Amino acid sequence: MKKGFIATLALALVLALTGCGNGEPDQDEKSEGVMTYAEYEAAALDTQVVIEAYVQAKQSWWENQATVYAQDKEGAYFLYNMACSEEDYAKLTPGTKIKVTGYKTEWSGEVEIIDATFEILEGNYVASALDVTSLLGTDDLIAHQNKFVSFKGMTVEDAGNGSAFMYNWDGSGEEGSDLYFNVSLNGNTYTFTVESYLCGADTEVYQAVKALEIGQTVDMEGFLYWYNGVNPHITSVTVK
Amino acid sequence: MKKNNRKLRPRLLPLLTLLAALLTLSGCHGSRGMEAFRIPEDFDTSRDYEITFWAKNDTNKTQTDIYKKAISDFHELYPNITVNLRLYTDYGRIYNDVITNISTGTTPNVCITYPDHIATYLTGVNIVVPLEELFADPRYGLGGSELRFEGPAQAEIIPQFLEECAFNEHYYAIPYMRSTEACYVNRTYVEALGFTLPEVLTWDFVWEVAEAATARDGDGTYLVNGQKVMIPFIYKSTDNMMIQMLEQKGAGYSTAQGEIQIFNDTTRELLYTVAEHAKTGAFSTFKISSYPANFLNAGQCIFAIDSTAGATWMGTHAPLSDISEEALVEFETEVYPIPQFDPDTPRMISQGPSVCVFNKPDHQEVLASWLFAQYLLTNEVQIAYAETEGYVPVTSMAQNSARYQDYLSRSGQDNDTYYDIKIRASQLLLTHVEDTFVTPVFNGSASLRDAAGQMIESVTKSVNRKETIDSAYMDKLYENVTSMYRLQATMQATSDKKDLGPLPPMAAALLAGLGITWLLIGAYVAHGAAKNRKKRQNHH
Repeated sequence: MKKGFIATLALALVLALTGCGNGEPDQDEKSEGVMTYAEYEAAALDTQVVIEAYVQAKQSWWENQATVYAQDKEGAYFLYNMACSEEDYAKLTPGTKIKVTGYKTEWSGEVEIIDATFEILEGNYVASALDVTSLLGTDDLIAHQNKFVSFKGMTVEDAGNGSAFMYNWDGSGEEGSDLYFNVSLNGNTYTFTVESYLCGADTEVYQAVKALEIGQTVDMEGFLYWYNGVNPHITSVTVK
Repeated sequence: MKKNNRKLRPRLLPLLTLLAALLTLSGCHGSRGMEAFRIPEDFDTSRDYEITFWAKNDTNKTQTDIYKKAISDFHELYPNITVNLRLYTDYGRIYNDVITNISTGTTPNVCITYPDHIATYLTGVNIVVPLEELFADPRYGLGGSELRFEGPAQAEIIPQFLEECAFNEHYYAIPYMRSTEACYVNRTYVEALGFTLPEVLTWDFVWEVAEAATARDGDGTYLVNGQKVMIPFIYKSTDNMMIQMLEQKGAGYSTAQGEIQIFNDTTRELLYTVAEHAKTGAFSTFKISSYPANFLNAGQCIFAIDSTAGATWMGTHAPLSDISEEALVEFETEVYPIPQFDPDTPRMISQGPSVCVFNKPDHQEVLASWLFAQYLLTNEVQIAYAETEGYVPVTSMAQNSARYQDYLSRSGQDNDTYYDIKIRASQLLLTHVEDTFVTPVFNGSASLRDAAGQMIESVTKSVNRKETIDSAYMDKLYENVTSMYRLQATMQATSDKKDLGPLPPMAAALLAGLGITWLLIGAYVAHGAAKNRKKRQNHH
């Protein structure tokens, strides 16, 4: 009786986990001809790649080209200037599943897919932020490039102008420009960015960063972008 | 983490369609247009004016500070004129925003821009103010008697730079700063490879050295730098690359009338050469790999071609840098003009921001805008801005001033204001003004420029993707680029302008009929006027 109960429970668990219980296909399973994240990761630069992933954030749309952060349960993708009509861009809400065909490339350390086309598929997944605070300054961090991540308990430092942030990297910008700010952990300082196309002046995070004060402790979330080193594009800031 | 501004790489041509559509829809500013600007007899100083100035900076705080100071100093001279600054770091975005604002009549008053872009703005009627009458106005014109500052006379603007702002038989802008491109060379590596830098850099020399630099050991490490990365030759602006190569070859690009000539055999030959060196890894571009300066300074590039206005990023001791201290490599930097096909007749592009004034219903406001635009040509502004990068002032008044000459003479005194690479880049242009050229400006020239660069980008990308570059590929490339940048419309428009031979007899007869009708109308009106004069005389 006990054995039977355990077997039944195990079967139910397996069915629940695989999604077979309701007769629907497993939305995490890659379609025919689509790479797993591991295969994408192993693909050489300048080769054609076909991936399926879920939109996590839209950065910009311009002249029928969209720049998008996407992720599946194994890894993340930066889709740069992907062919996209304005109508389709509106459909790319967080969680939307897409199949993307393009070329894998690297620009200043950022591995991305360019010259891509896409189609919208059935399925939805929004990633929770992965805490990578402990990986800052380590070689392991890059393995999470482009993922939605969080940083916890960091200290706001002088941005270089006596203030907690600067417009553009050198203070040459104005309201609406990218915001640059420094945060430290264990004596090491890192430069984070509010990318103005991803999060413009009317967003909460933009205003929150402008309100930061040197010495405050903050938790942050954002996308692990790369530009000659880690350069997270922050999407939320919480002052502790 | 700093100057990563690739986020906007607009393709400009489709905007032409947008502009045309907007102008068509907005009859107010499109078909009839605003009243043409007339210079007011006097500048009305009893009124207050608020004008907007859209300015471009190179993501450089000193430059934005100079704009702000210029505005403040100008306000002291003209307390009734308030200038509101809006900053951009990208010409393409200014262009986009201007076009969007033309249809709503909310263009800025003064705007930093390229002549190519102005040619598109001119699709609307009386949108941009022609400046020649303002230049010549004895009171408010260049060097005018009523100016509250010492500005240059027209003759003191470097003629080549001023001519770049003349098209459609008018001056539609004044030059603000000028630059050209420079080849920043890692001399240390060139010599380590056994080569000696020539007096004039040639394309053959650059390709030869670049190929030599691709040699690797069995481990994949490049012999010249001991690193895993080496792109010997990186070009920032591939549109300039193609344009200058064609100019040096004497091959077609476009005519002043807008006839597109770029799809020729020389272009094909040049693209095959690019493909050959992309295939070995000797060549890449900014769009494909990243900023040339980053690779140069990390010892991963030998020939980095970028604007002279990017000189402060070049070299081991560059005051601006995007890479970490640990990644910097010590080497000796040389500053050369771009490579040449014929060393005896060097040709290089002249580029840099110009300033245009937009028309407004209030002509006093336009005059206030012109005064501010002109103020940007004073020595104070010209010299300060030129010192921020490898720019040169656009007036002989500034170039010959003691202050500017002193600045040039201090080359290398520090790695900031007197950074030697920056000053050598400026001197490069100063000594080669006669060798500079500009491309013809017409409605569609901005798109043709983009197309020129796109062909190099496409070929390089295709090689990287192991595609076959052959005649069929080139045919397809020409077709794709023509379509992508809608050059067919420009080609058709030009073709329509060509001599179509004698008029058909029917058309000639119709035109003759029209002429006769107008003559008869004229005679009738004159007859009536004569009768009226007689009546008035009789009345008195």
